[in-house]
Amino acid sequence: MIAEAGLAALWLAAALAALQLVLGLSALRKAGVAPGAGDGAGKASRQPFSTPFLPSAVEARAGPAIGGPSTTLGRNGRGGGHAGPSTALGMGGDEGSQAGPLTALGIDGGGGAGAGPSAAFGADGDGQTSGAAALGAAIRPLAIVQGLLALFAFACLIALFVRSDMSVKLVVENSHSMKPMLYKWAGAWGNHEGSMLMWVTILAVAGALVGVVERRLREPTLIATLAAQAAIALGFYAFLLFASNPFARLNPAPADGMGLNPLLQDPGLAFHPPTLYLGYVGLSVAFSFAVGALVTRDVGGDFARAMRPWVLAAWIMLTIGITAGSYWAYYELGWGGWWFWDPVENASLMPWLAATALLHSVTVLATRQGLRTWTVMLAVVAFSMSMIGTFLVRSGILTSVHAFAVDPRRGSFILALLILYIGGALALFALRAPTIREGTPFDPVSREGALVGNNLLLSAILGVVLVGTLYPLGVEAVNGEKLSVGPPYFNAAAGPLALILVALMAAGPLLRWRRDELGALARRIALPALLSVATLGAVLLVSPIGVLPLLGLALATGVGAASLAPLWKRNLRRTPLFTWGMVIAHLGIAVSLFGMASESAFTKEKLVAARPGDTVAVGPYSVRFVGVDPIAGPNWTALEATMVARRDNGAPVTLKPQARFFPNPPTETNESAIATRLDGQLYVVLGKGDDDGRWQLRLWWKPFVTLIWGGGGLIALGGALSLLGRLRRERTAHDRRAYL
Amino acid sequence: MRKGLLWAPLALFALLVGFIVFGLVRPADHVIPSKMIGQPVPGFALPAALPGKPGLDSAALADGKPRLLNVFASWCLPCAAEAPVLMALKDKGVTIDAIAIRDRPDDLAAFLARWGDPFARIGADHDSRVQMAFGSSGVPESFVIDGRGIIRHQHVGPIREEDVPAILAALDGAR
Repeated sequence: MIAEAGLAALWLAAALAALQLVLGLSALRKAGVAPGAGDGAGKASRQPFSTPFLPSAVEARAGPAIGGPSTTLGRNGRGGGHAGPSTALGMGGDEGSQAGPLTALGIDGGGGAGAGPSAAFGADGDGQTSGAAALGAAIRPLAIVQGLLALFAFACLIALFVRSDMSVKLVVENSHSMKPMLYKWAGAWGNHEGSMLMWVTILAVAGALVGVVERRLREPTLIATLAAQAAIALGFYAFLLFASNPFARLNPAPADGMGLNPLLQDPGLAFHPPTLYLGYVGLSVAFSFAVGALVTRDVGGDFARAMRPWVLAAWIMLTIGITAGSYWAYYELGWGGWWFWDPVENASLMPWLAATALLHSVTVLATRQGLRTWTVMLAVVAFSMSMIGTFLVRSGILTSVHAFAVDPRRGSFILALLILYIGGALALFALRAPTIREGTPFDPVSREGALVGNNLLLSAILGVVLVGTLYPLGVEAVNGEKLSVGPPYFNAAAGPLALILVALMAAGPLLRWRRDELGALARRIALPALLSVATLGAVLLVSPIGVLPLLGLALATGVGAASLAPLWKRNLRRTPLFTWGMVIAHLGIAVSLFGMASESAFTKEKLVAARPGDTVAVGPYSVRFVGVDPIAGPNWTALEATMVARRDNGAPVTLKPQARFFPNPPTETNESAIATRLDGQLYVVLGKGDDDGRWQLRLWWKPFVTLIWGGGGLIALGGALSLLGRLRRERTAHDRRAYL
Repeated sequence: MRKGLLWAPLALFALLVGFIVFGLVRPADHVIPSKMIGQPVPGFALPAALPGKPGLDSAALADGKPRLLNVFASWCLPCAAEAPVLMALKDKGVTIDAIAIRDRPDDLAAFLARWGDPFARIGADHDSRVQMAFGSSGVPESFVIDGRGIIRHQHVGPIREEDVPAILAALDGAR
């Protein structure tokens, strides 16, 4: 029953998404703002081309918020009593920016060709005028119900896994009744269908949240946004229902399931994909905002301020997801590396890079009205990268350790969706961007200038990663040659750009908006720069290391100091929370960079074949190999080595790396054992034994490696503080206005 | 200028779609062809893998006759599977030389005694160095080499009954 209920909820949600899209389009059409060229939904072709470009309609919408209400008032005659209250509000001035356009929606009475509900709304005697407003009013609840239904479907899937319902195909293929509860739970999204359902669920819930909380956006833009969100959801509902049904039954039901890939049986799996997906799909809101604003020609400060918290929230999740994923790979795969430039890692990095750029450019737009076109494009690109990333992982087009089962039919389906959404949005962008007004000009040496630099560098790094990820595919398409692109390319191409970016990050926050003096900047940055040079000298004296790690270490200290500089001479208790957020996030970058540079420069590695009783020296530790014993876990058996590590005369630490064997499905994994110290980690892996009673042991001493993820945590924390600060300031501003 | 630039993202995306479509429609084979096809065999000299049978060097592969070079190992199950087909080829008059990868003489002798010995010469490649030089990534693999010692054809995986015509055609072409 649960499976059927979930499937029914999914169908219903899809129907509501379709309704939401049609409703949104007809509301916009009545208001005369629907685009002449596709909004990605493919329905726009029904629009007569003249409608969207009615001079009056454009005029009414193109003006800033304050202009809106008065224009509306003048044309309100046909609107009837319904428009009354909101018009009254609209006269109040600035706050009317929401209420005004709501009535403005009713201006263009033409065309009653909406779907069923719109006809119902329109038939209540007022004519089509209030119809549009009613349509607009209906779209929020619709988005909310659709989100709840998707959430319900996802809950059903989890319930099926938790109950180990072996009559459901997906459960059989990815679970086993003997599995620990946490992994039954997580098994729901550790596979293709389940993860797609989670993806769609987050998309729908994000849309619902927009419907619940978003009050800053002008109503037509909000309607366009929710219509865009519904359009995206619709495609992916269709994908689930027609090509990846997670609720399919199996008849007859087998006695038990096939189990979950043991590599995925780790607490990391329970949290890593959901956070990453929250980030990926959270960016859909920015995408829909951008599409909505392009459709209604509403790209401005309000739009940016409305979009910022969403971008920030998604970015925080992406940051946490990437950081956690990196640590997970580090300890679970037992390779001692923390980043492999694997296509799937790149797939998560690219949206992060785009979102980071977007985060900074949206700030310029919100505070200084600049970088309009660019911000809109980044919003489109960020989510496009998410979708391309998801697609590349799902399709198996790129070879990766993460790839799920390859199915060309699914690949073509998702590709069609990508072409529709990304292509549609980019076409809309190209058509509408010329109508976006130029922003406020600024000097190259200014906060804006630094943020433009940030954007260009982030985009360049994004380009480097994208090219490196797709290059093998491109080469094979051109001349049939097969090759792979690895860390040497990425490190050499992205590394220097990243270092320049980090250096710029030190200077940016110390610059004034609009224009500043180079000399003044030099004075402000002198002390951190000196610190960098001192580090450089100190490291060179101690030991010669590679250029990139050397520059990384030197920059990290200087940038760390510089990132704290905005707090200098400020009353810390009165410093706004979002300034704290920026400072902490930037500090996190410096901390993480220090960890990366230190790890790559100073790691000590030993690969030995040792007999019990042998002692191996690695870094500051001497490690005694005591022996190997068999042990058994809940659904695995293992060989467990015991090693006692001692540093100088400190207390001994016992490490127990394992070579695990899972019977369902039969797989072996290496569980590394890690001793974490303030100044680094001792990382040991047990390999194979040979006939002579020797065991392969792999040991690393990695100085300050934990700072990599610690820094990632700081970055996310900074984002969270910033988000909190923005929301709080908005709340106060809102309250203040309410009292006036 | 600015207007043109605004279309750039869409154009880039179209290019990307092109690559992805290619990735979807290309046959999903993961065989990596050797870059050595059309090239002279790499210079090498391998010691005899078995007492009583000559080893293999690059000069022996350029003696004017086209031949089949089989890369195999006694520990490789598919190699045993292709053994009858190799015997049949030998009976058709094909000269077959071999490189044994990471093998021991005893194991090798047992393997040949059990599955048949179609090989004229067997070189012992203990560290896969020669195998790599040929651009071979696994066992079994076979190369058709013409009389001047130029690699003309590569066959990855065991030679099956149905592959025999292609191999014979390649040998004919190498004449």
